[in-house]
Amino acid sequence: MAAEMEPPPLGDAGQTDFREIEDGEGFFVSTVTTLESPEPSSPDPPSMPAEGISTNGPKQEDISLDDDPEDLFAEATEEVSLDSPEREPILSDGPSPAITPVTPTAMLTPRMGLGTAEMFERSLDEIEEDDSGDTFDMHIAVSDPEKVGDGMNAYMGYKVTTKTSMTIFSKNETTVRRRFSDFLGLHSKLASRYLHIGYIVPPAPEKSIVGMTKVKVGKEDLSSAEFVEKRRSALERYLMRTVKHPILLKDPDVMMFLESSELPRAVSTQALSGAGILRMVNKAADAVNKMTIKMNESDAWFEEKHQQFENLDLQLRKLHASVECLVCHRKELSVNTASFAKSAAMLGNSEDHTALSRALSQLAEVEEKIDQLHQDQAYADFYLFSELLGDYVRLITAVKGVFDHRMKTWSKWQDTQLLLQKKREAESKLQFANKPDKLQQAQDEIKEEIEELEGKVQQGEKDFELISKTIRKEVSRFEKERVKDFKVVIIKYLESLVQTQQQLIKYWEAFLPEAKAIA
Amino acid sequence: MEGEPSPRSGAGFHQGSFPLAVNVDLQTDATLQVDISDALSERDKVKFTVHTKSTLPNFKQNEFSVVRQHEEFIWLHDSFVENEEYAGYIIPPAPPRPDFDASREKLQKLGEGEGSMTKEEFTKMKQELEAEYLAIFKKTVAMHEVFLCRVAAHPVLRKDMNFHVFLEYNQDLSVRGKNKREKMEDFFKNVVKSADGVLVAGVKDVDDFFEHEKTFLLEYHNRVKDASSKSDRMIRSHKNAADDINRIASTLYTLGTQDSTDVCKFFLKVSELFEKTRKIEARVAADEDLKLADLLKYYLRESQAAKDLLYRRGRALVDYENANKALDKARAKNKDVLQAETSQQVCCQKFEKISESAKQELIDFKTRRVAAFRKNLVELAELELKHAKGNLQLLQSCVGVLKGDT
Repeated sequence: MAAEMEPPPLGDAGQTDFREIEDGEGFFVSTVTTLESPEPSSPDPPSMPAEGISTNGPKQEDISLDDDPEDLFAEATEEVSLDSPEREPILSDGPSPAITPVTPTAMLTPRMGLGTAEMFERSLDEIEEDDSGDTFDMHIAVSDPEKVGDGMNAYMGYKVTTKTSMTIFSKNETTVRRRFSDFLGLHSKLASRYLHIGYIVPPAPEKSIVGMTKVKVGKEDLSSAEFVEKRRSALERYLMRTVKHPILLKDPDVMMFLESSELPRAVSTQALSGAGILRMVNKAADAVNKMTIKMNESDAWFEEKHQQFENLDLQLRKLHASVECLVCHRKELSVNTASFAKSAAMLGNSEDHTALSRALSQLAEVEEKIDQLHQDQAYADFYLFSELLGDYVRLITAVKGVFDHRMKTWSKWQDTQLLLQKKREAESKLQFANKPDKLQQAQDEIKEEIEELEGKVQQGEKDFELISKTIRKEVSRFEKERVKDFKVVIIKYLESLVQTQQQLIKYWEAFLPEAKAIA
Repeated sequence: MEGEPSPRSGAGFHQGSFPLAVNVDLQTDATLQVDISDALSERDKVKFTVHTKSTLPNFKQNEFSVVRQHEEFIWLHDSFVENEEYAGYIIPPAPPRPDFDASREKLQKLGEGEGSMTKEEFTKMKQELEAEYLAIFKKTVAMHEVFLCRVAAHPVLRKDMNFHVFLEYNQDLSVRGKNKREKMEDFFKNVVKSADGVLVAGVKDVDDFFEHEKTFLLEYHNRVKDASSKSDRMIRSHKNAADDINRIASTLYTLGTQDSTDVCKFFLKVSELFEKTRKIEARVAADEDLKLADLLKYYLRESQAAKDLLYRRGRALVDYENANKALDKARAKNKDVLQAETSQQVCCQKFEKISESAKQELIDFKTRRVAAFRKNLVELAELELKHAKGNLQLLQSCVGVLKGDT
């Protein structure tokens, strides 16, 4: 088998069709990919000026981005991802996902030049437009994996070809070369920007130390070739899923990823980088927080959906495990059939009755063809069925993450409310303080704080409503995609099974007269 | 959970369809017909009801039945082997011991894992395992029956006294299994025999026919052994894959019932489809087992029996040649000539007797073998075709329905 493993021919569709369907990404939970926005100790609502920045008056009404966004990240412990209002592609060396960035409207505003709030509403409406059958005409292919470099610093470079007629892209067809960490870098940027406001960001394929080491070391064997093909296919699906999302498609990082010839290395995706460790710490903190947040769910829809996704998750995992088992056993069957074929050929050779000897040799040939059939079927099992299930298991984890973010947003809002209440109580207590000289100053201070907090509470409520609204839209989009994906893949898979049976019939029909001819 | 069902197989075996699967031209003439009409599986042993119909005068009745156990079959077989008179015949190979251990283990594991699966899954798997148990049971009955039929069909062996006792004596034959010491003796005997066999085989035979048969059988036997074990492995993988499809079908069903979207119909339909195709896959594996694996296993044993015949003849040849040499020596010394002459004559007669019947036996062996392979290969191909077509139809109709729905 060549280094590029081809999935079995699916009807006449060939490879491109197959990949079109298989959009979405491979997903393994890793420290890199399941980035929920790990926030600094005092979480900030994205579009709000940070606490402690007293310079920016709380202007809740219009989410103005005239404020210098850099101050937002004053508490951040890492390098900042500079999202300036001017139109600058996000060129950051080590974008730290620890930073809570500005809303996506920052990206859209410069290009469109519209008010940010309207912009945001627009983008949600656009989703509806897309749903109404707007042509999404884009095709991404990941191909030509090539090893670059030597030894432990070697890596696989992939060719990413984008073909589209959409106007937001500068060219109809673009080709760039990317490496795996570039994909991870893209995902981490998208995740840090969009996950915490409720968008389901497709997870990137998982890192695999064992797999990559084999490739680096230069083992030119079947398993490393299979690994590369598996990864290539996963990367393709990841990109397709990402661009199918109408908001993510327009993200400048995505565009840059697809179009620009050079991309700064995403160092923070390495597991042992500073960013990586911070991610792990934040993940742990998140897990603890999740357990302590007790949300009063006022909206039954969310309750229901959450439960549905839990069930779906469970069943998909189970199914995935069974299908992986099937793939394994079919491969075994193929190997054992091949070995039996050889044995039957030997038996045929030593049989001294000529007609029987010939029949046995024919049997051996049939079995050899059948073993190839089994192998092809195993590939179909894997690339069609198993990988789809794996992708969806990971996607659902992202969905659950988004639900968690909503909880966090709610909890933040509630906390701010509590704080406000305390301040109000403090204020009324001040009335009865017995230090009149300091009273006025203290009262003024408290008044200011209360005003600020009132603003925050309002913002918190807005954020919560916004994220709830976004999630509803996202879930409905997700479900549509899911139904489409599964339907298409299931039919394709069944067709592959049909083909296998048809071939089997051909082979045995050819053999039968031979067996009957034994005199 | 209590380990095992005890299948009682009734008239099912009476048709004698199983033995014919392996061995074709058994003359079932009216003078002597033997079959196993019933079998009962108990804890550790299987009790076979051996049913005989005969017009031969030596039997007291024309039709009668006795109950026998596996050890008694072995006793009968061994008595043939040890009988010098039958040295020139291929002794029908003894049936293998009934082995339900694997099946029992699986049933037990299933019982232990009962908590971890849904009720439907559990019932399904239990049915599967019970079917498997039944299949093994049927096979062992068939193998015992084939042995008896082969003996009954053989012109000389069917007249054997022990055979008649086996068929008729309706008390327990009190044949105990070999004890440890006897097993050790057997073991050593086998070691000696195989060493001797090598020596004997090294002696070139004047007769081309036998020389050819010797080389042929040796190679053939080894290759049948290899083919038999490989076919077993292949069939086991097939069964595993069928089991996986079973699990997939169950999970798809759950998904289908849970899902609120359009795709739930898909899941349910595909689950239904997989249930059916899985049954077909399991049947394919079972038929391959019957037509291919069992065939190879049987001929493994038969070819061994044929090898044993050649060994005995080779042994007799060596003895004959030694006796010749002894005679020459005696004549030269002019001492004990008469004794040497008689001994030489005895050896000569033995050798010639064996050679004569051996030739016919080996020719018959080939005829039987070719016929059995032909029958089984044809049936295998026909069954594979039937199942593949069945599968195809199910798949195509499902795809049609699903495509229509989208």
